Amino acid sequence: MATATVAHQDTAVHEHHEHEHHDHEHHDNFITKYLFTTDHKMIAKQFLVTGMFWAVIGGLLSTLFRLQLGFPDMNLEFLRPLLGGWIDEAGKLDPTFYLALVTMHGTIMVFFVLTAGLSGTFSNFLIPLQIGARDMASGFMNMLSYWFFFLSGVIMFISLFLKTGPAGGGWVVYPPLSALEQAIPGSGMGMTLWLISMTLFIASSLLGGINYVTTVINLRTKGMSFSRLPLTIWAFFLTAVIGILSFPVLFAAALLLVFDRSFGTSFYLSDIYVAGEALPNTGGSPVLYQHLFWFLGHPEVYIVLLPALGITSEIIATNSRKPIFGYKAMVVSLLGITVLSFIVWAHHMFVSGMNPFLGSIFMFLTLIIAVPSAVKVFNYLATLWRGNLIFTPGMLFSIGLVSFFISGGLTGVFLGNSAIDIQLHDTYFVVAHFHLVMGSASFFGMMAGVYHWFPKMFGRMMDAKLGYIHFWLTFVGVYMVFFPMHYIGIAGFPRRYYSWTNFEFASAYTDLNMFVSVAAIITFAAQFIFIFNFFYSMYRGRKATLNPWRSNTLEWTTPLHPGHGNWPGEIPTVYRWPYDYSKPGAAEDFIPQHIPLSQTPESNLPHEEEQVKIELEIMKEEAELLVANGSKH
Amino acid sequence: MYGFLIGVGVLLLLSVVWMVYRIQTLVSVVKGSDRKIAGTSNKVNAFLFLVFMVVTGALMFWYSIKEFDNYQLPVASEHGVITDELFWISMAVTGVVFLVTHVLLFVFPYVYQYKEGRKAAFYPDNHKLEIIWTAVPGVVLAGLVISGWLAWSDITAPAPEKAHVVEIMGYQFAWEVRYPGKDNVLGDYDYRLINASNSHGVDFTDKNATDDFPSPKVVIPKGEPVLFKIRARDVLHSVFAPHMRLKMDAVPGMPTRFWFIPTKTTAEMRAELKDPEFEYEIACTEICGRGHFSMRKVIEVVEPAEYQKWLAEQKTFIQQNPAIAAGQKVEVKEIAGIETSVSNK
Repeated sequence: MATATVAHQDTAVHEHHEHEHHDHEHHDNFITKYLFTTDHKMIAKQFLVTGMFWAVIGGLLSTLFRLQLGFPDMNLEFLRPLLGGWIDEAGKLDPTFYLALVTMHGTIMVFFVLTAGLSGTFSNFLIPLQIGARDMASGFMNMLSYWFFFLSGVIMFISLFLKTGPAGGGWVVYPPLSALEQAIPGSGMGMTLWLISMTLFIASSLLGGINYVTTVINLRTKGMSFSRLPLTIWAFFLTAVIGILSFPVLFAAALLLVFDRSFGTSFYLSDIYVAGEALPNTGGSPVLYQHLFWFLGHPEVYIVLLPALGITSEIIATNSRKPIFGYKAMVVSLLGITVLSFIVWAHHMFVSGMNPFLGSIFMFLTLIIAVPSAVKVFNYLATLWRGNLIFTPGMLFSIGLVSFFISGGLTGVFLGNSAIDIQLHDTYFVVAHFHLVMGSASFFGMMAGVYHWFPKMFGRMMDAKLGYIHFWLTFVGVYMVFFPMHYIGIAGFPRRYYSWTNFEFASAYTDLNMFVSVAAIITFAAQFIFIFNFFYSMYRGRKATLNPWRSNTLEWTTPLHPGHGNWPGEIPTVYRWPYDYSKPGAAEDFIPQHIPLSQTPESNLPHEEEQVKIELEIMKEEAELLVANGSKH
Repeated sequence: MYGFLIGVGVLLLLSVVWMVYRIQTLVSVVKGSDRKIAGTSNKVNAFLFLVFMVVTGALMFWYSIKEFDNYQLPVASEHGVITDELFWISMAVTGVVFLVTHVLLFVFPYVYQYKEGRKAAFYPDNHKLEIIWTAVPGVVLAGLVISGWLAWSDITAPAPEKAHVVEIMGYQFAWEVRYPGKDNVLGDYDYRLINASNSHGVDFTDKNATDDFPSPKVVIPKGEPVLFKIRARDVLHSVFAPHMRLKMDAVPGMPTRFWFIPTKTTAEMRAELKDPEFEYEIACTEICGRGHFSMRKVIEVVEPAEYQKWLAEQKTFIQQNPAIAAGQKVEVKEIAGIETSVSNK
């Protein structure tokens, strides 16, 4: 390997030694290649396409309830072919179904799109490729992870068509509402399917998470120390850790709910008189459920957000042609967010009736988590500063993410303050906040990732112009949808309301709500540009070059269509961190990770000269070893 | 027919879009612009960030100023004035950060857009900068948190003893209001006692319950502390009185409370807003089922003297329906002079 002449875009692997790894090309049939595959790249694509399917469903549900909110007097008779009995004789949406819509929109978007679709896709796709591994630690577990998710999705999908409707107690499914069929019809079979579906989802998430953590710890290629990991991998790794620690708690919460619903226990139920009948349950606490739920629910925000932040860190650095500013600070903030994400959950519960002293504690902890988030924003800005910015669609979406992260993050400062939260809790201010910081930011991270890694996934480029149009429509659209919600929220409009006309204080803003609805529908429609671009480019897009973004990370050293095993020859060794962009002295404005320092004397920094010596020694040893091994044969 | 025409129109539109798309792809292939690192599109995108910043920024300022009186609900409680102040302080602080970071975020793309031959600065870190922008947000946030914490501690402190007690019970889908009567102590209740004539489940064997009375609306005196005792009968609800800046969940099996001091009577607020129809309202803010959006209750804030007069006029549960106390052991006539503060959930 020592004498290789390494041109940057040349991934020719040096095969003048005996150990030639053949790409394990046993002839795959359709089932083993596309369905029950253990190749992490195909599993990633499965997650992505399934996530896109769910995003369309979730988005469609939101346009339905936005019609109700923006145009309360509209005759929705034209939706009868789709919704059947959920449109009443007067052509109105059924209020119970409205609640089911918001519940399913939330569940689908948070879990199926932004958890599975984002983390599932990119953790699977990028972890082995960027750390230099042939596949995940366990390909079989990885496959199971997808199929558990798939099954979970099938069950949730079926629940949409139940006569009594799907679960309708909000995506948080607080008991007693979610436990009592008498209280809302969706808490019957719909809720049962919700619980089964989520249980499968948790299993899927754990199988995936354990695999990601194991792979990152054990299968890094030679030279890929933790301090040389791309920030994407750091983010996926910590996301998986959060998931492994928090999803089981959701399982516990769900299990106790199952007991309360089906086996007559009273974990969450107490002193209830419903539908003309006093229930026997006493001694339970609905607040207990809220604690358990948010112990997952809050880390879940970061499960959704961290991968997006990782993806943007990589894309912004690449397209700024600059090292990410403050790599160590970025890693430390990720670690800080990971730890803190577990001790802020009760800020969702300031007015739940829990002890107000607990509220004080959680207010302090919550606002601490704003610090690492702020650091990340400043570091992104510093990365852009004095860069040489190339606006690929991925880069545009990354910048959009930073904007949403700021806008939505800042409103978190209000909501994390328990005194201010009294008024804002469960109003549209909260809806605006989390849709920007968690929903849209993560969604933009996902889009950025798809545009950026599409050439690696399918060997072809997505159309950039359509990407620009998609970005601008979506970026403007998202702000037009969610920014006005701040005003509505400050005015006190409660969320999950079918209509506000019963209240004098919430009788205004019909115009603004109409505006939001129109913007939402346009933004939703704009996503079909992306879907067209995606599927069209998959078959007819321009052929990609090996390293179209002139990026440093290892995935671009694989062939255009990497087989199962990723690298046809030996896995490249890593000699440097992934952010050597525009290094002074270097001819090109990027030096990939697999280029030895000893080959770039012109650009090495003073402290790297030491490393060069060590590097050369290791290389010499290896060459000797290789010769020795070779002579044995 | 309309459907058909719309269908044809959409089809035509789509095919036009498709043609334009194909033409631009072919043109870019012919011109070879797809092989350049960054072309005209790069300049356009960089410029669009500036346009976006200016246009949406202007829109935001214009709308925020124009609509101020519409989204800023008038406040009518003592603690509400404080939390509103905190809200606007936070708004000022975060507003500055919002503007500065966004100006940088949208100006940098324009200023530092790709230029051939230029090399980006290799600037991987700067410890001093990073310490500054860790410490400054830390200090600012600490200031906000501490002021919030002080306010929160006051708001959630135990209610003054002389506070007027009002019980608000949520159920699908309305609120019921119970007053403790002359003794200012609510009678016991038990959810198993709930029936058609006793919707609160009041335990009339408890002497404190004998002077309790229901009310179709919440009537409270201005300038005196009021304590809402909040409970729920079936599922979670949440008492939200937007003008009072008051919100507290109603939890079955776990009574909650919130006390406050109203500062403006309904009449005063009507005069201030020049709206003779104005009422203080309570809404539900915890999803509770089909009628979640319709749980309205009116709060009427009156002068203290008027409040005393109103109190004296109210009829107790037992007076309204003597049958519910029939067969109970308690001696109704004995209530005067009984002092008890226990057995009051």
